[in-house]
Parts: sequence; structure tokens; C-alpha cells
Amino acid sequence: MNRIIDLGKYIEIGINALEENFSFLWSAMDDGISWIVDSMNNLLLATPFVVFLLIVSLLAYYAKAGNKMFKKEGLREGVGLVLFIVIGLSLIYAMGYWKDAMHTTTLVLVSTFIALILGIPLGILSAKNKTAEIIIKPILDFMQTMPAFVYLIPAIFFFSVGNTPGIVATVIFSLPPAVRLTSLGIKNVPEDVVEAGRAYGATGKQILYKIELPLAMPTILTGVNQAILLALSMVVIASMVGARGLGSIVYQGIQQNDVAKGFESGLGIVILAIILDRITQSFANKKE
Amino acid sequence: MIDNNNVKLRVEDLTLIFGKRKKEAIAMLKQGASKAEILEKTKCAVGINRASFEVYEGEIFVVMGLSGSGKSSLIRCLNRLNEPTKGKVFFKGEDITGESNNELLNTRRFEMSMVFQKFGLLPHKTILENAAFGLDIRGEEKSEREKKALAALETVGLQGYEDLYPSAMSGGMQQRVGLARALANDTEVLLMDEAFSALDPLIKSDMQDELLQIQKKVQKTIVFITHDLDEAIKLGDRIMIMKDGIIEQIGTAEEILTNPASEYVSAFVEKVDRKTIITAESLMFTKPSLLRLHKDGPMRAIRKMRDQGVKFLPVEDDQKTFLGYVWLRDVLELAENKENSLLKALKTEVPSVYKEYTVEEMLPLISGNYYPLAVVDKENGRLLGLVNQTSLIIEATRFGDEEVKQLIKKANDI
Repeated sequence: MNRIIDLGKYIEIGINALEENFSFLWSAMDDGISWIVDSMNNLLLATPFVVFLLIVSLLAYYAKAGNKMFKKEGLREGVGLVLFIVIGLSLIYAMGYWKDAMHTTTLVLVSTFIALILGIPLGILSAKNKTAEIIIKPILDFMQTMPAFVYLIPAIFFFSVGNTPGIVATVIFSLPPAVRLTSLGIKNVPEDVVEAGRAYGATGKQILYKIELPLAMPTILTGVNQAILLALSMVVIASMVGARGLGSIVYQGIQQNDVAKGFESGLGIVILAIILDRITQSFANKKE
Repeated sequence: MIDNNNVKLRVEDLTLIFGKRKKEAIAMLKQGASKAEILEKTKCAVGINRASFEVYEGEIFVVMGLSGSGKSSLIRCLNRLNEPTKGKVFFKGEDITGESNNELLNTRRFEMSMVFQKFGLLPHKTILENAAFGLDIRGEEKSEREKKALAALETVGLQGYEDLYPSAMSGGMQQRVGLARALANDTEVLLMDEAFSALDPLIKSDMQDELLQIQKKVQKTIVFITHDLDEAIKLGDRIMIMKDGIIEQIGTAEEILTNPASEYVSAFVEKVDRKTIITAESLMFTKPSLLRLHKDGPMRAIRKMRDQGVKFLPVEDDQKTFLGYVWLRDVLELAENKENSLLKALKTEVPSVYKEYTVEEMLPLISGNYYPLAVVDKENGRLLGLVNQTSLIIEATRFGDEEVKQLIKKANDI
């Protein structure tokens, strides 16, 4: 087949131009992200295993039991997840993947954090502004359906190998649910409550902070949950551009055809995923 | 009760049009085009069509209409939740429609508060926080606003519920919170948009009574929107009836019932129970001829009665205070005995009422005697007019004059 348009070439020219003309921006981003990743990594690695286990267990218990923490019902609600956390994390520790698990946790949390910082304001904007919504929506569709591997190529180009391109690709991949669910949550706030706010003289800011965001919070937290899970699903792909963690062990397993390694590290990812999912879901489902 | 000179809200030529081609629509309105024509030509919906009215201080002003009549749009124009397309709204003489954003926020915060059909409470806040919402928006101190909110909750009978969440409460209780939120702001004007329409009938009636009780205490200027005529009559000092964005009539319940301005209004009010609304004042025939006790003797009384073809006349004293009736046959007897005074013939034990008595209250008084009811002035006892039995029965039964006569004839035949 003859090629009639060489679209890829123009994209390449565009990317090249971006790389050359904004190199200061890319290196600044690289520095920033690396700094966050390193500090968080150091913090997690410096925390003794038992302390980490305790903190996560308490957090999970609080997420599940809420203000019934010291009652029997609360205990019934929370005990299952806490048991799972103790057994799961101990297993990862015993298999010798603790460091890698912490690398992966860092990767997931940092990319989710960045995705939320960008995604929640974008979601608010697209809920409030029709034009913004019309522009943002197709971009999100594009981001979500474009195979995630494709983002790796320009990411390496801009940031070379390491954690940063992995995190950037992960952010792109996990941004859409954060934007979408924030927007959905705000749009679903009952009109009469917002109108009450306006009738009592609330400014746009007051309506956003006192009415819309609190009422949209369960939906936004579902978005957070989705962003975290998508970020986790990216860890193996991110390891292909040099991101550290359980993902890179899986990748090694593939390359070395090592079933044992692949299974162990894969199981580690599943355990982390379940823990993160259950904790964030409990926060999202909390009523009152 | 209402000082007519104290206009709190004045609406002038208010027009609200939904759609893009507003100017064309306004031009068409001026030429007298109908709502349907405008919709067809310009794709604009006319919400309110050149409405002008005034709301007086301390009254409950009810705006009544079916859905689509523009009543909800109208109340939202008063605090500019809907931006009027044309026309002005004055609050205490100040033009609200010309206010800047900041002034508008202050008007909403300090001058008018609103109660909604769907309550509009914050589900994640407690009852106390909800009642304090308006004060929070104003930026008042926490302790200050909680004090005011507590007082407002007490006014609506919700003390003890402060720490619950709205989801734990029934519709009626939630609307009490909505009312408390409005009262806590202590604004002069209360806008109530179908506030009780979502409640079931018994609770609705309770809330209406409660609102009237509260109104006695707080004396706010209330604009109340409803589609329920009974509610309008129960609550409204004055009622404004709207149809298709046009004001059909403004008046007291009695004025609207006795003197409907259009066919629409009369069809609307047809089924209302008039007994509790129509008063002596609108039923009585005024300026009856009277006899003066010490001035008019029996001979003069007889002449007067014969002139007018009646069998009795009311009598007053020198101070024009109503005393009672004299009957022709008694006066004839006096004349035979050559008496000079009517005093001996005077029947003083006659039913008399004040002008605000309703048909329902007057009906029991007519049994057992033939006199018309005397309507007397509360202050000086003067006779204002007479209400005869037939007109009372006509009001109570809604039979026409002829029908009543025929019924009597039939009864006599039996």
C-alpha cells in the first residue's frame, strides 16, 4: 500500500520541536518528579516493616469502621481487611520483595497524586463550563484508548529512562477517571441544594467548597480509587522504561522466562492492588 | 393591619423570556402577540409577561397559579436567581435589578431569604449547621451563628434535633429546618417557593398553621408561591393569580371570590368553599333607611315603612348607635294608642354581627327569627348594613335567586 499521508512524520517533527524548545521544562519536570519519588521512596524504605504494617492496618481499619471504631460492629467490619493486610504484606516481606513493593507503592501513589492534582480541577472545570467539557472529553477518550505503550516512546524522549517517564505515562493513563468522575460528581449535585446556596448569597467559590465538592466527594473518591487501580495496572509497562519496583521483576521474569519470579512479583502486585482498592473504596462508600 | 403606604417590594413591568432571540420576543409582546405565537416565531418561551405589583410590609402575599403560569420564575426574579429580561424590582425603593454582583450578594444575604419546595438542605451537615447555613455564608462567627440557628430551630419547634442529619427526618421536619434556615437570617423578606407542596395533606395543614403562628410573632413580609387555592386562601392576606405569565387578578381572597376579574379566575375559584371566606361586609346591603328613636314618632315610622314597602325598620339613637328594629304591626298599635315614642315597640334583642363575620359564622344566627342580621361598627355601634337570610342561604348553598324561590314554592306545595 502506498502511503498518502505521512502523519507519523509530522507528529515526530512536532515532538522533536517540543523537546528542543522546551528542554528546560522537561528537565525541571524530571527534577521535580524525581525529587518527590526519591523522598517518598526514602521515607517508605526508612520505615521499619512492622511500623508500616501497623500504619496501613490502622488506616484500613479506620476506613472500614469509621466512627464505630471502638464498637463491636466496627470490629466486625474492619477485621477482615486488617487480617488480609497483615498476611499479604508479611508474604511480600517473606518472599523478599519488600523494597520492590515500596518502589511500586511510591510509583503508584506519586502518579495518582499528580493525576488528582491535574484531574480534579479539570473535572470541576468541565462540569462548570460547557466549552471546556466539549474540548476535554475527546482528549480523555483519546488518552484512555491509545495503547499505553505508545506514551512510553515520547516519555523516554523527553525524560530519558528512569522513574519519570514511567510516572508520566502512568499519569496520562490514570488521569481520565479522575477527571470524569469529578465532573460527574459535581454535575450530580442536586440542583435545589445549589440553588439554595445561590439564594442565600453564596459566591461561586462558597458553592464549590461548601456544597458541590462535599456532595460530590463519594463520586470523586471513586475516581481516586479508579486512578489508583489504573496506575497499578501500568507498573509493568512503566518498568519497560526503567521504573523500579515489582513491575520490573515481572518484566525480568518475562525476559528470563522465570515462572517463579513472575508469579511471586505478580502476586505482590495483586496484594498491593487489593489493599489500595479496599481502603479507597471504603472511604468512597462512607455515608453521612 | 397592613399599612398600604409601606411598600416593601415593588415590581414594575417585569418580563422574563427564555431563549436566544429575546429582543424580538419583547417586541412581539408589545404588539400583543400570544405566548404560542412568540414560541413559534422566535423559539422563545415567555415566562413572565409584563407583571407589575406591590408587596406591603408585614403581609403574606400569595402568588397562585398552575404549573407553567410563571409563578416560580417570578419569585426567582425577586432575588435574581432568574435574571429579568426587562422591568424592575424595587426593594424598599431600591432597584435590585440594577445592582452589581456584590450588592446582589448582600441583598440575598441580608434582605431576603428563601424556602424551597425540595427543601435544599445539605445532606452532609447537621440540622444545626443547616439552619446556620445562611449565616455561615455571611461569614458570621461560629458561636454567634449557632446561637441564632438554635433560636430559629426553637421557633419552628425543632429543639433537640440539632445533631441529627436531614436524612433522618421526615419531609415536614426537613421543611421546618428550611424555614429555620430562613428565619435564622432574620431578613425582612421571606420568599417561599411552593414550600409546603411536597408535604402530605395533614402535615401541610400543620405547617400552614405553624407559619401563621410564626408570622404573628416575626411579622415578616412573605411572598408565598403555591398552586393550591385552598392554601392561598388560608395563608394569603392578598392573593395574586397568574396564568401563562400574566397577572389575572390581585386582591384579598374575598375580593377574588366575589368579584373575579376574568373567566379564568371565576372558573378557578368556583369550587372553593365560600362559607368561610365571604364576610358580612360584602353580603350586606348598605345605607338602609333608619328611624331615629327620639326624633321619629309612630306616624312617621308608618309612613316610611309604607313608602318603602317593608314591614320593619332599624332604629338608632341620637348618637347614631344601632338599637334594634320596630315592626309595622307594633307601630300601628302604638299609633292607635296615641303614643309619641317608638320605645315601646322597639325590639332590642336582635342578632347583630361585625363586618368581618363570615357566612359560616352568621348562618346559625338566622334560625328562629325573621330579622335580617344587623352589621354594626365595632367602634361606635353604628349600623353599617343589613344581611338578609336569603342572601346568606344563597351564599351557603350556591343556589341562584330563582332556584331558591322555586325550592320554597315546591316546599309549600307539599
